Amino acid sequence: MKDAKPKGGLNAEIQSRIGHQLRAMYDDVVRQGVPDRFAEMIRKLDGAEAQARLAGDAKTEGGE
Amino acid sequence: MPLADSLRDDILAAVPSLRAFAISLSGNGDRADDLVQETLLRALANIDSFQVGSNLPAWLFTILRNLFRSDYRKRRREVEDADGSYADTLKTQPAQNAHLEFEEFRSALDKLPQDQREALILVGASGFSYEDAATICGCAVGTIKSRVNRARSKLSALLYVDGADDFGPDDTVRAVIGGSGG
Repeated sequence: MKDAKPKGGLNAEIQSRIGHQLRAMYDDVVRQGVPDRFAEMIRKLDGAEAQARLAGDAKTEGGE
Repeated sequence: MPLADSLRDDILAAVPSLRAFAISLSGNGDRADDLVQETLLRALANIDSFQVGSNLPAWLFTILRNLFRSDYRKRRREVEDADGSYADTLKTQPAQNAHLEFEEFRSALDKLPQDQREALILVGASGFSYEDAATICGCAVGTIKSRVNRARSKLSALLYVDGADDFGPDDTVRAVIGGSGG
């Protein structure tokens, strides 16, 4: 153990590379935005939910 | 009553990062989207239990994480081919070198224990505070901190050098990577 090291010992460049790669991997997916499938599903379910509640049943069994 | 527009918009706005989280956890794009779908179904069915004004992304991430874990327990990890299928989900294929480096990173990430991987992703990529990450994972803040630290140490050992702390900052890193690899 050398005394100039911060405790935990990971060197700054490695840490920053890991952080960078992690975010790059993640942001690559984030940038794809909201696939239509999900936007559509939420719209549909939102309507179905309202119907279900009117019918006195808070449970929704939405299709795909 | 249908969702308030703002709530629906907020849920939609969380979808991209839910997908990124799901892919990071499962290493598989198709399965990740199924997880996201199931998460949204649950969220909408239980929207009454969400407290307006509290942290919606954290609430959604909690649902997704719990789904992932119960699913995981059921079928373990069937997809060893995480690298290829993950790369398929990317629209922009990185250049060759970067691509290799990326695959290495992905496979190192997959080698982490699940607790550590999720903690690292939540804090290091999703941008949650340690407190929010602790809420999402249902554990103490200190536990999250130590998981994140262990995840970072393990990744650096897997990716760069064994015992990263034997080397000084900066100058040695490239030499080691390009060199004999000890």
